[in-house]
Amino acid sequence: MSTSPRPRIGLFVTCLVDLVRPQVGFAAAALLERAGCDVEVPAAQTCCGQPAWNSGIDADAKDIARAVIAAFEGFDYVVAPSGSCAGMIKRHYPEMFEKDAAWLPRARALAAKTHELMSFLVKVCGMTGVTAAYAKKVCYHDSCSSLREMGVKAEPRALLATVDGLSLAELTDAQVCCGFGGLFSVKYPEISERMADDKIADACATGADALLGGDLGCLLHLKGRMQRAGKALEVRHVAEVLAGMGGEKALGEP
Amino acid sequence: MSLDPRAFAENARAALKDPLLKPALGRLKTHFGAGRAYAVHAYGDFEPLREAGKAIRDYAVTHLDELLVQFEASVGARGGTVHWARDAGEARRVILSILQDVGAGTVTKGKSMVTEEIQLNPFLEANGIVPVETDLGEYIIQLRNEPPSHIIAPAFHLSKEQVAETFRTSHTALDPARNLVERNALVQEARGILRAQFERADAGITGANFLSAKEGAAIIVTNEGNGDLTRLLPKTHIVVTGIEKVVADMDDVAVLLRLLPRSATGQAISTYVSVMAGPTGESDGPENFHVVLVDNGRSSLIGTEAQDVLRCIRCSACMNHCPIYGAVGGHAYGATYMGPIGAALNPGTMGVAETAHHANASTFCGRCAEVCPVMIPLPKIMRHWRAVEYASGLAPKAITRGLSFWAFAAKRPRLYRLGARIAARALKLMSRRGAVRSVPVSNGWFAVRDFPAPQGRTFQELWKARR
Repeated sequence: MSTSPRPRIGLFVTCLVDLVRPQVGFAAAALLERAGCDVEVPAAQTCCGQPAWNSGIDADAKDIARAVIAAFEGFDYVVAPSGSCAGMIKRHYPEMFEKDAAWLPRARALAAKTHELMSFLVKVCGMTGVTAAYAKKVCYHDSCSSLREMGVKAEPRALLATVDGLSLAELTDAQVCCGFGGLFSVKYPEISERMADDKIADACATGADALLGGDLGCLLHLKGRMQRAGKALEVRHVAEVLAGMGGEKALGEP
Repeated sequence: MSLDPRAFAENARAALKDPLLKPALGRLKTHFGAGRAYAVHAYGDFEPLREAGKAIRDYAVTHLDELLVQFEASVGARGGTVHWARDAGEARRVILSILQDVGAGTVTKGKSMVTEEIQLNPFLEANGIVPVETDLGEYIIQLRNEPPSHIIAPAFHLSKEQVAETFRTSHTALDPARNLVERNALVQEARGILRAQFERADAGITGANFLSAKEGAAIIVTNEGNGDLTRLLPKTHIVVTGIEKVVADMDDVAVLLRLLPRSATGQAISTYVSVMAGPTGESDGPENFHVVLVDNGRSSLIGTEAQDVLRCIRCSACMNHCPIYGAVGGHAYGATYMGPIGAALNPGTMGVAETAHHANASTFCGRCAEVCPVMIPLPKIMRHWRAVEYASGLAPKAITRGLSFWAFAAKRPRLYRLGARIAARALKLMSRRGAVRSVPVSNGWFAVRDFPAPQGRTFQELWKARR
């Protein structure tokens, strides 16, 4: 690791974690600190800009991206508890500034040191296990961005395997989208509903007590659908379980 | 029956409620998805093959001008004729004039999506020529007066019971009490009826999967043998295809033939591969060989951010793996090309205003790009069309107003932090038993789901307090 014995991490907490579930941010920080990192949270962060970019509103997306680059480029690494936001920075910022000679090098430099949390812990920090207990049968929901943009699949499973009492059941269609897709969930609610119901049925069929995932967007969509449809599966961000916070209230638990 | 692409959202809602559609679409995974996965696994190292396919198609798309002229010369040297059609209307008129020159009354057709695109059949009928679809799926939907719901399996949306019903209604000369329970009974019945049509046809029309510039050949892959009967029995054969189907030579075709059936049906190779290189000069082949090259908006994509979509070899892998297509089926799109390839192509050829829904109805999950045999960045192209839609002022105002409001705050961290603190508290206060049931400004979200209650304070404020 680069500039100091303890690498300085800029935690990109994500707008959804900030608003809905701060616990995920604290879990991420705790895991990073246990892995030997110093964690800082730049106050200037708001969002990665993905809603604007995916809607084709390039000017707004670029304004927000430039602010993220400026706020985070001084750190050794940027880590997000989300494949989606990390993927935005890593894959789409360089694409966004493809024709901008001033910002492209900065976008590329930031992209090169940006990681999704699970993959950073395992691949960069060399974490092989955690000290945590969670006596439940769980299934893991791979977000499309973690799986296909960031190439994360084995890492969360490897860490979950070291949690006391936890057993992992694989979804039959783990590679299939849950139907969140950001604004897609609002623009085409009925299609999104069908995709959520298929994913929830897949999870229930495994006999799992809990559904864990690495992206809060998918989890809010799936838990929200479960609440509406009367399904009682516990839903959590994987970082909470790995950080030993699996005993706290789950997502949407009164 | 033909649906309006501008009404995609309504079409999709209706499709989701169709009890027969869900089991039919369930076969995408068991039939095409599993088939492709096995074929790719059995092949071994598939990625270099995709890279090779991409390179071949990229060369073709960036050398269309040279290759098409070479193709025309090669076909001419073998005694065939190439016709150029700028748009659907020109293509229809060229085809009609060829058919009228040979006095054709009945024309058999192999499966061709380009003839669907140019809406050839109704035009021929209006001009007194009877088109007979001979691909089983195409034949079924022709009887039902429906467009294809899938580019390689046109009747994919139907169960065999629905097909039996269609045959009973259409084949009125046959015994009404006949047994049509087994799949094979349906095939045999269609075969018997089509055999007579093959013998009667004055001309045959097929599409082309590839055109080989050097050899002047058109190549089709088929599984039913109807393509060969269509092209060989009548005296006149017309190939109707898009200008982008050309590649340099048969060596390139050979590479693409490894990719196409594996990506499409999961076959190592299709049952038939037909190489059609002009009139045979023998007694048992066509005397007249025509190729109609249709542009219809394709060339306008060259040099744009959507250019890569022209690499497409129409295998259907993208739609077979698309969760949106898998939920609503092909008809909801109201266009000849549906699913991810439609979403990337249609806004360019049919217009962004007409087909903006196609580009928007995607979660950008990325499976389409992952399985595409020629590595088309489909989500990237869809995003491009969304940008064009927004820049043209065509995006829905309810969405863009909300995004502008959000972006205004997202660019002002202090304002944003304040807003987030208020929102976290407000949503928590509005929640009952861990869920927010409704917020008037986001009807789309709350139409089908609750919003899990926030913890009540933002991470940023808690972090600041802790440190």
